[in-house]
Amino acid sequence: MKIIDKIFKFSGGIRAETYKDISTKNPIKSLLIPKKLILPLRQHVGKISKLKIKVGDRVLKGQLIAEADGNVSAAVHAPTSGLITSMEKELIPHPSGLPDFCLTLVPDGKDIWMDRKVIDYKKIGFNETIKKLRNSGIVGLGGAAFPSHLKLTSYQKNQVHTLIINAAECEPYITCDDMLMRERGLDLIKGILLVQELLGAKKSIIGIEDNKPEAIKVLRGLVIDSNIQIKVVPTIYPSGDAKRLIYLINGIQIPKDKRSSEFGIQMFNVATLVSIHRYINFGEPSISRIVTITGNVHKPQNYDVLFGTPLEYLIKDTGGQIVNNDTYIMGGPMMGFKLPSKKVPVTKAMNCVISAEPEMLAEKKEVLPCIRCARCADACPVMLQPQELYWFAKSKQLESAEEYKLFDCIECGCCSYVCPSNIPLVQFYRYAKSEIIENVRNSEEANIARERNEFRIKRLEREKQERAERNAQRRAQNTPEEKSKLIDEKRKEISDALNRISNTKEKI
Amino acid sequence: MITSILIVLFLALLIGAILGFSSIKFKVDGDPIIEKIDSILPQTQCGQCGYPGCKPYATAIASGDADINQCPPGGDDGVRKLAEFMGVEYKPLNEDHGIPKPKSIALIDEDTCIGCTLCIQACPVDAILGAAKQMHTIIEKECTGCELCLPPCPVDCIEMIPIQESTENWKWKYPVHQLKEVSQRVRH
Repeated sequence: MKIIDKIFKFSGGIRAETYKDISTKNPIKSLLIPKKLILPLRQHVGKISKLKIKVGDRVLKGQLIAEADGNVSAAVHAPTSGLITSMEKELIPHPSGLPDFCLTLVPDGKDIWMDRKVIDYKKIGFNETIKKLRNSGIVGLGGAAFPSHLKLTSYQKNQVHTLIINAAECEPYITCDDMLMRERGLDLIKGILLVQELLGAKKSIIGIEDNKPEAIKVLRGLVIDSNIQIKVVPTIYPSGDAKRLIYLINGIQIPKDKRSSEFGIQMFNVATLVSIHRYINFGEPSISRIVTITGNVHKPQNYDVLFGTPLEYLIKDTGGQIVNNDTYIMGGPMMGFKLPSKKVPVTKAMNCVISAEPEMLAEKKEVLPCIRCARCADACPVMLQPQELYWFAKSKQLESAEEYKLFDCIECGCCSYVCPSNIPLVQFYRYAKSEIIENVRNSEEANIARERNEFRIKRLEREKQERAERNAQRRAQNTPEEKSKLIDEKRKEISDALNRISNTKEKI
Repeated sequence: MITSILIVLFLALLIGAILGFSSIKFKVDGDPIIEKIDSILPQTQCGQCGYPGCKPYATAIASGDADINQCPPGGDDGVRKLAEFMGVEYKPLNEDHGIPKPKSIALIDEDTCIGCTLCIQACPVDAILGAAKQMHTIIEKECTGCELCLPPCPVDCIEMIPIQESTENWKWKYPVHQLKEVSQRVRH
């Protein structure tokens, strides 16, 4: 066995029940176009997209309706043809449960494509291709929703030699990537070869967990190119975390403040690669994705859904909830969050929705005091001291938490999972992180305010001085005779005015 | 004997030269204590503390003229930080100087504004844009919410709008969970 075939096991992690087979019994299903699509303008990491159309406009399928604003942003396209009827703040799938700007598209049912242009990337060159990808709307479909064109551009600064394909899908319940590989393996391979060429990488490695034998079989059947290697990694959560997977495959630990591209490695999720392939070779922008609907529903399965489709519509198709509790979790059970409503639309980041099982909701187990058993420290895949971080976060000692590398935490939830006292550890870390981020933002704002205030004080002083100088100059210019002349003139004016007044009074 | 005197003399001159040089080279401008206190203060420049701005208040704290609990925008956390830094006992916010309010920014009703420039003159951070007899507007990003523009406005067209929670500024809340009573726990 060559050294490269070795799997490097990371420390920590957990082996949990995966519950994956419940949603893989049926093939990926496409649905009829719903009556209404709700398109959030922020479905990605970064700045909100800039609107390119007006309410009342007719749009075609695949038409750009909002473009990327700046570099860290992504475009939004019309998933089908129809009429844009409104732009309002509506509920979106976000842990805050707060509304954000959304466009409403009422489909006309004709589903007419706009003019699709295949991108001849070999002819137009790398830079032009990336520019075009900026408006493809493609973001990381593994759930992070990071704009994909940014990952491709990083190649320019650092020579990328290895493309790693994240097919681990380590969170329990989620099967959208698994089903994609089983059914659209060829598209995936084409996507891999395309991105490998764009990056200028020499080889590609598919990292896949050993709990997906069917997908592995399909891929093995398709891979004839010796540049593509399939590496089967053990099913240990969180092997799908980018840095964990790189370690598993290459044995390289990427430091927290560095990107993998600096080490010649770039990683893409399987669904993202298929999207890039569809965009470049078929001119189809990012308008749909595969979503797993699973858990407490009659017929759990994967759907190929247009973005903006209300979740409700999918739940209805699965036959609805078995036990009615109207609670849905987006993402996996480890890192996911509760959705504010089932009316929220499917977005680019929505890889899985779990209809909550009764036992997930059953009166949360009693939270007991921390006994410092350090099981969390054993489970932590980034080798932190979760028990220490917990004390610091709980007592709001944010500086100490930072010293203990709070920001290295990937919020995978292993610590909460193993905690015998049922402490919601990750919630404490999330709280501490967002508190620190807010403090930093506040102090930045305060610095700007201080600067502006100091500048204003200086300006006022300068103006005062200038005025004083002007007055002094004027005073210096006038000789005593001129001064008395000026005074006489003024006096005359006053007496003239007084005369006029007395004259008019006499007339009356 | 002479050699030793010379050596000591030489050393004295050398050390003196180094000290003299470094006192010029590494001269600290301003009072570092005032700067530190100023960095704890929220820089609202509202003057609720009784001083014309955050820096003057910081100077007053440093010289012992002002108490640490006179800054309502800094809130209770601010007082705690000041107490820790100054090495004095924490004391609750002095309510004579006002009570903490949710962070807000000013909004000018542009239909009512007569363009008198009085608010522009009052703004401590130059966050109001406009000219005489022209409509004025607040540069939202620069506004510290100090409310100093409210009193001079002759037509009362400025309103303070509390900053709403949105998906952009939202943050995770402190986790709270119900504890069971001991008696209940024993029964289980």
